[in-house]
This record gives sequence, C-alpha cells and structure tokens, in this order.
Amino acid sequence: MTRQRLRKGKEVLIEGLIRLCGISATIFVLGIFLFVCREALPLWNTESFHLTEFFFSDQWYPTSEVTKRYGVLAMIAGTFSVTLLAMLLAAPLGVGAAIYISEFCTPRWREILKVVVELLAAIPSVVWGFAGLTMTSRLIVRYTNADVGVNMLNGAVLLTLMSVPIIVSLSEDALKAVPDSYREAALAMGATRWQTTWRVLLPAARNGLAAAMLLGFGRAIGETMAVLMATGHALTIPTSVLDPVRTLTANIAAELGESPVQSTHYQVLFLTGVLLFLITFAVNLSAGLIIRRERRN
Amino acid sequence: MGELRRRQALGILLTYWILTESCAANRSRRGDTLRVRGSDTMLMLAQAWAESYVSVDPTVAVEVSGGGSGQGIAALVKGNIDVANCSRNLQPEEAAEARKNTGKDPQEFVVGYDALAVFVHRENPLEEITISQLAEIYKVGGNLSKWSQLGARIPSGRDRIVRVNRQSSSGTYEFFRDHVLNKEDFQLGSLDMNGSKEVVELIASTPGAVGYSGMAFATGDVKVLRVKGSAGPEAYAPTVSNVLSRHYPISRSLLIYTLGEPRPKVRKYIDWVRSPAGQRIVADVGYVPIAAGGNGVPN
Repeated sequence: MTRQRLRKGKEVLIEGLIRLCGISATIFVLGIFLFVCREALPLWNTESFHLTEFFFSDQWYPTSEVTKRYGVLAMIAGTFSVTLLAMLLAAPLGVGAAIYISEFCTPRWREILKVVVELLAAIPSVVWGFAGLTMTSRLIVRYTNADVGVNMLNGAVLLTLMSVPIIVSLSEDALKAVPDSYREAALAMGATRWQTTWRVLLPAARNGLAAAMLLGFGRAIGETMAVLMATGHALTIPTSVLDPVRTLTANIAAELGESPVQSTHYQVLFLTGVLLFLITFAVNLSAGLIIRRERRN
Repeated sequence: MGELRRRQALGILLTYWILTESCAANRSRRGDTLRVRGSDTMLMLAQAWAESYVSVDPTVAVEVSGGGSGQGIAALVKGNIDVANCSRNLQPEEAAEARKNTGKDPQEFVVGYDALAVFVHRENPLEEITISQLAEIYKVGGNLSKWSQLGARIPSGRDRIVRVNRQSSSGTYEFFRDHVLNKEDFQLGSLDMNGSKEVVELIASTPGAVGYSGMAFATGDVKVLRVKGSAGPEAYAPTVSNVLSRHYPISRSLLIYTLGEPRPKVRKYIDWVRSPAGQRIVADVGYVPIAAGGNGVPN
C-alpha cells in the first residue's frame, strides 16, 4: 500500500518538475522582456528624450558636449540593409543546397554534406568576425573600388554564411515533408528531376521554405559579434553596398558597458534592446504561423 | 554497489574540500589583489607594470583590464577597483559623483606623457597636417572630405578621406574632441573602433584612412604624420623630445586615479610606477617618462 503511494508521489513530483521545465522558457522570455522594458521605462519622463527623434533621426550623440541626441534611424537602416543583403545571398544558396541534398545527391554524399553544414553552424560568431576583419575585408579593398573593406557587403557575406546552415536544414525538412506520392506522380507524367523539383516540390514546400528563410533572417538580424567586427561600425545611412554601417546589436554591445547605469544613454540602449526584441519576435512569430498553416493543410 | 558509490562520492567531496581550502590558504598567504582598470591607451603599459611588479612586491597580484578611461573612472567611483588608468583629466561631474558615492575625493597621479599620433596609410604621400585641418576633417560641418583638398593623391585612386575614430568611452576620443575639435561634435559616419590597436590595423589595410591614437601604438604598417599647431610655423613628429620640449601640439598626461588617500599597498605600487624603475617601462612601451620629480605637465 505505502509503496504504491510512494510511487504515486514520485510520479506527481516528476510530473511537476517536467511541467516546470516546459514552461521555464516562457518564464525566461517574459522575464527578460519585462526586465529590458523596466530599464527603458524611465525614458517616458525624460525631457531630453523624444520617441520621434529616436525613430526618425540619424543623429546619435550620446556623449556630446553640445547637445546629447539619441536617434537610431541610421542603425535601423544599417541593421535592415545588411540583413536583407545577406538574405538575398543566403536564400538562393541555402534553398539550392537543400534541393541538392534532398533530391539530387547520393545517400552517402547526403550524410557528408549534412554533417558539414552542421559544422558550419557550429563556428562561433567571433571567429566569423575575425575572418571578416582580416580576410574578406582585404579582398573587398583589393577587388572593388570600396574605400573601406569593413562594410555592409563584408558583414552580409558573413551573415550569409552564418544563416545558410539554418536555411539548409529547415528547407531540407520542408522538402522531405512533401509526400513521395507527389514525386512518383510527377515521374509517371514523364517529368525530369528538375521539372519535378521546380513545378511540384517547390510549390508544395512553399510555406516551409518561407519559414526557413524567415528563421534565417532572425538569426542574421540578432547577430552581434561578427557584425561589430566586420561592418565598420560607422553611423551612416548606407547608399551603396560598399558603405560601412552600424547595426542596432553592435551598438548595444559596444556602448552598454561604458554608459553610466541609469543614465539616459543607458536607458536608450535598453530601448534599442526592446526594439530588437520586437523585431525578432515578429519575425519568429510569422515563421511559426506559416509553419502551422502548412501543417494544417 | 550503493555503498561503494556513496563512499566514492564522499571521497570526491573530501578531495574537493581539501583542494579549495588549500587554494584559499595559498591566496591569503600571497596577499591581496590590486585591481587596475581603464584607459585602452595605457593598457599595454599597465600590463608591463603588472608583470614587473611581481618581483617588486610578491605579496600583491596586480589585475589589469581595459575598456576605456570612462569605464575605469566609472568603476573607481563605484568603489569596484583600486586604481583607474586615465588618458584624460577627470571631469568635475565625475569627481562630484565620487564624493557623493564614497565621500572621498579622487587623487590624481601623473605617470607619464603621451603624444596623440595621427596616422595615414603608408602609401599616402602626405607628410604633415595642421590641427585646424584635422578639425575640418573630423568635426560636424567640416569642409575637408577629399585627400585632393590637402594636395595628396592616393596611389590606388581613392580620394575620399575615411575617418577612423574611437568609441565614445575612450579618453583618447574625448581628448581629441576637447583639444582638436574644441569640444564640438564629431561628424557622424566615422569608423568607430574599440581600441587603439584596431585603429592602427584598420588604417594599415585602408588606403584612404586617417586616424589617431597614443604614440606607442605606431607600427611600421602605417605612416605617422607630423603635426603643426596654431602657434609655430613648423610641424613636429610625435617623439619623446618633441613632447618634452612641448613642441608637439597634441600631447597629454597619462594619469592614475585613486579614491582618497590610497592604502599602503596601493601607495607603494604608485610610488614604484613613478620611480625610475617604473618609468623605464614607460619608455620601453613607447611613451614619454615623467622627468625626475614628476613636475611640468605639458599642455
């Protein structure tokens, strides 16, 4: 009798622990979001801070002796331009690699390629940054007429390499999820492999591929170390891919440590964090919704 | 089986306890740590001092980190460190903050001099530059943006001046703003590096770049310009003799700050740093040692 009760107690305890593990992620996300918001909140009553200036001005002078100004427009432009350029490069590369891995190559090569792609994902971002600083930037100076090697293109190339593994593995999953009956039907109609891929598989896996790209985008937009080292950290609204830029993430990383706690500068950096959080949240949410819609179909 | 495992666990715990205890004992025997933080310009110097100081006073371990003069002062004001390295003077607000937080006044010690060297790419034909030209390059609304305006032609055909700058917590950044730009704002769009070494490395790989840092960071990969002040007709190179004779227009003191009267161990460290032995290291690293007695601050 007692033994049975003991077992039941154990069961309840373990269940409770597992439930705690399950919801812990939610608690952490909410907790971090609230903490970041709380640090930024005093800005509402700060005279020298205006929300319109924050969003629509490119004047970032947090330590000026004349007037302090806190506009992040140039950083928003920098973040999106470098990330979008990276996606333009990464999407065809990633989806192409996924198509090759899932449809065209031999099983042996498939295993090798998958391991190598995962290895690519395991390279720490500071190593990428180092490569960008010392290798690719010099190549850019040598082979283009760019004034500076550490620029938007340099950062985008690194972000491409960093987000490609995510895009490849998720796209491959999406392609694999297309039922074999589709492939067999296409084959029976006399379609070549390429025709099958282009006309049948890609439309069928459309949503999964879109979600893969969105998650790759999320990976790229949140990246900090590599872009801090490789994009030149200059506050300009870029007019060409060879202009240096500064991203929101890199700016936080470079300045948070030096800003006095509770100063307006410090609070504005936290507000930048809220902004980043909302951007990545929107990106991940839409990816999740797309995946869910696909499952329902 | 269970018994054995329990015994193993006990053994591991015991070993762990012995190890941690002996380490703690070791630490207390070795004496205390002296925490030094701040200026990136002085980082190499502070590390060299820390290495040599082991043989001067083996009971003290000197712990050095960088981050910028602003960070060093911020940590000192909070009471987190013993010594702040600073490549600019303490601001009145920072002194007030220190008084408010700790009730103590920061004490200043001059430990060396530095010249702010101005660098360009080694293929740049320019040899000298004036302070007002530097201001026109860096400040908001400045009217110099092309090398051809200075009469220089960059061999690779690039004409735009690429401004390399420092992050805003840097003492070097503030010194340059206060003394070259007359406290006006920097023009946005410069490449803001997190360290002097990064500045020099970036200039070495960027044909149209110009930048500045402490004189000790000069390498053979970049060209050091002679700088002409507003006073004289001549331009001077950032050398030890030009700093001591006050001919070089942008030189400054390298400073150490403590909170109130330093405790004996810290006092001893600072005295050693200012002694001939400590000052020899200043010269070795590439800065200008203070003259015997430590009087006469340039600028």
